[in-house]
Amino acid sequence: MIQIFIKEFNGFLNSLIAYIVIGVFLTGIGMLMWVFPETSVLDYGYADMDTLFSLGPYVFIFLIPAITMRSFAEEKKMGTMELLLTKPLSEWDIIIGKFLAGFVLVIVAVAPTLIYYYSVYLLGEPAGNIDTPGVIGSYIGLILLGGVFCSIGIFASSFTPNQIVSFVAAAFLCLIFYSGFDLFSSLVAEGSWALQIKQLGILDHYDSMSRGLIDSRDLLYFFSVTGVMLLLTKTVLNSRQW
Amino acid sequence: MSLQIQNLTKVYGQQKAVDSISFSVEEGEIVGFLGPNGAGKSTTMKITTGYLPPSSGKVSVGGFDVQEQPLRVKKIIGYLPEHNPLYLDMYVHEYLRFVGGLFGLGGGALKSRVEEIIALCGLTREQNKKLESLSKGYRQRAGLAQALLHDPEVLILDEPTSGLDPNQIIEVRKVIKEVSRNKTVLFSSHIMQEVQALCDRVIVINKGKIVADDQLSNLLQNRGGITLVVEFKEEVNIEELNAISGVADVTAMTSFKCKVHSHPGMDVRGELFKYASAQNRSLIELKVEEHSMESIFKELTSEDNEQ
Repeated sequence: MIQIFIKEFNGFLNSLIAYIVIGVFLTGIGMLMWVFPETSVLDYGYADMDTLFSLGPYVFIFLIPAITMRSFAEEKKMGTMELLLTKPLSEWDIIIGKFLAGFVLVIVAVAPTLIYYYSVYLLGEPAGNIDTPGVIGSYIGLILLGGVFCSIGIFASSFTPNQIVSFVAAAFLCLIFYSGFDLFSSLVAEGSWALQIKQLGILDHYDSMSRGLIDSRDLLYFFSVTGVMLLLTKTVLNSRQW
Repeated sequence: MSLQIQNLTKVYGQQKAVDSISFSVEEGEIVGFLGPNGAGKSTTMKITTGYLPPSSGKVSVGGFDVQEQPLRVKKIIGYLPEHNPLYLDMYVHEYLRFVGGLFGLGGGALKSRVEEIIALCGLTREQNKKLESLSKGYRQRAGLAQALLHDPEVLILDEPTSGLDPNQIIEVRKVIKEVSRNKTVLFSSHIMQEVQALCDRVIVINKGKIVADDQLSNLLQNRGGITLVVEFKEEVNIEELNAISGVADVTAMTSFKCKVHSHPGMDVRGELFKYASAQNRSLIELKVEEHSMESIFKELTSEDNEQ
């Protein structure tokens, strides 16, 4: 597993994917947070980081599928899947290795935004007047959301040798999981299944974590969606045996 | 370490790619796996390496069942898949270190082993290049290096020389010959000379069924004949040629030229020369048109052989 992780992560570093992802994420979020008046903290007047945590997921919807789109799609296209699967590795070694590589890259991209926290912390009046538990909860939520998106991206790339198909499918699935269920629940008649459908989506759990409330049910939700996606990936890999 | 295949069958949809074949390869044996395209060679190899599961039947490598203990089997197999897939964006030594890591090699042992295998496969000058910038012959060597890296007991090579130029074929063959001492080797090919150059034993497969499994020398003795093109300065007398011992059949091409087919295991070239000198005829051309192995292959895998 560790060899696959290293190989994938080196692949990101060698192919510029890592630098582009980190650069785009930080530029985009930095502009939104500090420059554009609509969303800028400076114009907004409140010492919080809502911009990062409410717009970050939408940036992820485009960036994470771009990170993961080649993971299995390229192996399939180049035929190297056969190489990996005839080495002493289990399918889980390969899946988890690839998942972790993407996930670690997301964490690396998010890490520099801790500077934003420090800046906003100093900008508060008086300095330090910021909802720190809320920020911590939001960070945990954002990282877990990154994990869910990575697993969705890995899954989407496992069923096609075409990277574009994989990218579009992953972005669409991420969007459905992030806000699709939420929007759909508003279509359903009040009361009946609305709440259950809403809770299927990420947004409901993400919002509750942003308030600084780390509930085991929300954690369980994130872990299980990630787990289910990786399990589906394994099923797809095994389908060569049918 | 031996390789055993028992009643192996693989069905793709409606089609039987491999139809109940059984054979075994003993330790230290080099076996050529021959057959036309689509005969089931690659499928058999993919099942043996644990990439595909069999529809029925049993494969065991070194005493371990491929279905039950896939990881044990994969550890002792070195496999070069057909078309030689590679991570083209990696450097040669980086790629080999990655593969070595998968087999649990690490640190100094991995480093010295990678150096050793790079030298063995003749990649020394190319080791700091990316795989994508290598020519086909060197890519094939990298694929071979990858298969040999962990010093496997069983080596499975799927068309190791396909698509190479004649010089490269000879070089790759040399590497295979060099490393295959004390190893069990199963390699597929549809080049007959290759089989003659490398192996002791041949298994010929056609439409998923084994049509011959024998020592090379036995096959040559029992089935193979040579086809010669003979040209005289004078007109050919077919009846006289037919009377030469060892000649099975003579077909005229022009009035001066004819094709002479010999009986299996017979070399009639000497006889032909003696005949010509005894009859005071000038033999101006004597050419082997078809090697014996090729004619055996044709005979075994041709359509009309099925009935």
